[in-house]
Amino acid sequence: MLDTVLFYIFAVMVLLGGILTITRRSAVHSAISLIVSLLGVAGLYLLQQAEFLFAVQIVLYVGGIMLLFLFVIMLVNLDLAAKERQFNRQWLVALAAVAAMGAEIGYFLYRGKDAFHIAEGAAGAVASALGNTEQIGDSLFSEYLLPFEIASLLLLVAVVGSVVMAKKRI
Amino acid sequence: MNAVLSHPLFMPILVTIVIIAAFPLVAGYIVLVERKVLADFQVRLGPMRVGPHGLLQPIADALKLLLKEDIIPAESDKAIFWFAPCISTITGLVAFAVLPFSQTIFVADVNVGLLVVSAASAVGILGIILGGWSSNSHYSLLGALRSAAQLVSYEVALSFALLSAVMLAGTLSMRGIVLAQLEHGVWGVFDNYLFMIVPFAIYIIAATAETNRAPFDLPEAESELVAGFHTEYSGFRWALYFLAEYANIFVVSSVAVTLFWGGWLRPFPSVHWLELPLNVGFPVILFAGSGIMTLPLIKKLKDPIQQKVLLLAALLLVALAVPFLIPAVNAAVIGLFWFLLKVFTIVYVMIWFRGTFPRFRYDQLMNIGWKIAIPAGMGAVLVNALIGMARK
Repeated sequence: MLDTVLFYIFAVMVLLGGILTITRRSAVHSAISLIVSLLGVAGLYLLQQAEFLFAVQIVLYVGGIMLLFLFVIMLVNLDLAAKERQFNRQWLVALAAVAAMGAEIGYFLYRGKDAFHIAEGAAGAVASALGNTEQIGDSLFSEYLLPFEIASLLLLVAVVGSVVMAKKRI
Repeated sequence: MNAVLSHPLFMPILVTIVIIAAFPLVAGYIVLVERKVLADFQVRLGPMRVGPHGLLQPIADALKLLLKEDIIPAESDKAIFWFAPCISTITGLVAFAVLPFSQTIFVADVNVGLLVVSAASAVGILGIILGGWSSNSHYSLLGALRSAAQLVSYEVALSFALLSAVMLAGTLSMRGIVLAQLEHGVWGVFDNYLFMIVPFAIYIIAATAETNRAPFDLPEAESELVAGFHTEYSGFRWALYFLAEYANIFVVSSVAVTLFWGGWLRPFPSVHWLELPLNVGFPVILFAGSGIMTLPLIKKLKDPIQQKVLLLAALLLVALAVPFLIPAVNAAVIGLFWFLLKVFTIVYVMIWFRGTFPRFRYDQLMNIGWKIAIPAGMGAVLVNALIGMARK
């Protein structure tokens, strides 16, 4: 019962935050809406008993990425941006894209409708002797070691690349 | 009655209410201690007027802040200006939810407790930068930008220091970390052949920077930025920022105590014959002794009302010693006593830092963060991993 209520609260946070992100005129307001949306996603992780993902989502997205977003937005002249047209009115293209997307999703929902069933007293089974953090660590460093290492290499390249691009003389 | 007492939610709700009700007072008195200690460092007297030796100053300050006019700058972003201090305060208090004050006194024992503290502090940064931005003032904006850059930089070093301690304990649960130290029979900071002192030092430095305390208080450097990010704030909203700052100080000190100083464990937790002198003798001598040492001060005061207030304070200190003599009560509160004693020791050290070190320049701050603290933190994790493997 409580889970359901919390789910709807977090779902509203995610959706409302997402909508406000694209409709607000002030970039800072958009960023705050995006933060609300990300916090909602973190709450949904927590409901799925993925505590580690919950905390990491907040630390990384809100504490890291969104903080840098805000940092950059604050340096930009907002008054100029607020006067510009908010949306470009490409009705035809937009309608075609939405229709195509809707058809695609509808088709897949129709094809896979047997896979859906209303969750009855979900979770419960997930809780094991090992904590969530240990499970993630186990699967990252055994089953998915190669993708993990490739991802870390990619990040290293990104870090070195950004330093090289930012610095005129090394 | 018993049904209420044994209800699983009884302790969490009780602790939550006590924290929310008592923390503003505690923060006020930390401020008084800070002012008194700094005054002592600088051979001044500090607050002396309100109450004997300024003992009632925090209450007068709180009253003043509540009654002050709440000014909102004309061109500011009002909604964000209104909400930003609340973000800081709420997240500052949320982190208390996972602190283990003693074996039995805690709100929640979460299996990712340490990460919850990090997450709360990560969201708390938003309060500072949004407050600075929404004030629509150059000083505030500069303070907010500095704050964002500084916090992002030092969070990395902080995480590496925490990682060393977590590797040692093998769990992220705050209570589990203390229990692991009980099992090892030694405080975290002295473990791994004393090597854990290195991550502890990195943690204290990074935590000082994370809480915007001197010598890393560039976001509110009063000689350059008036008051930094909270220049435009006044009255109650400013008080909320203040409360958040002291809540953060308390939380980082508590995390340091939990990870490195054995949480609610007494010193030498594995030496049994020290139990009586440390768990009973020490608190009794501490409270009764400081109460008795207050008595000669009473004679020096001239005002009879002030004399009475100080006598009351002295009697209160002596009375605090009594519960530690009753074995059943002693067992219940001794953990809390050690925890708070250690936390306030670290708070005192942070005040000491403020009185000792001059403020760093901005480039020095970044150099310390990125070129010293982070590599040192990485190295500490590596060495700790090697020592841990060698001990297995």
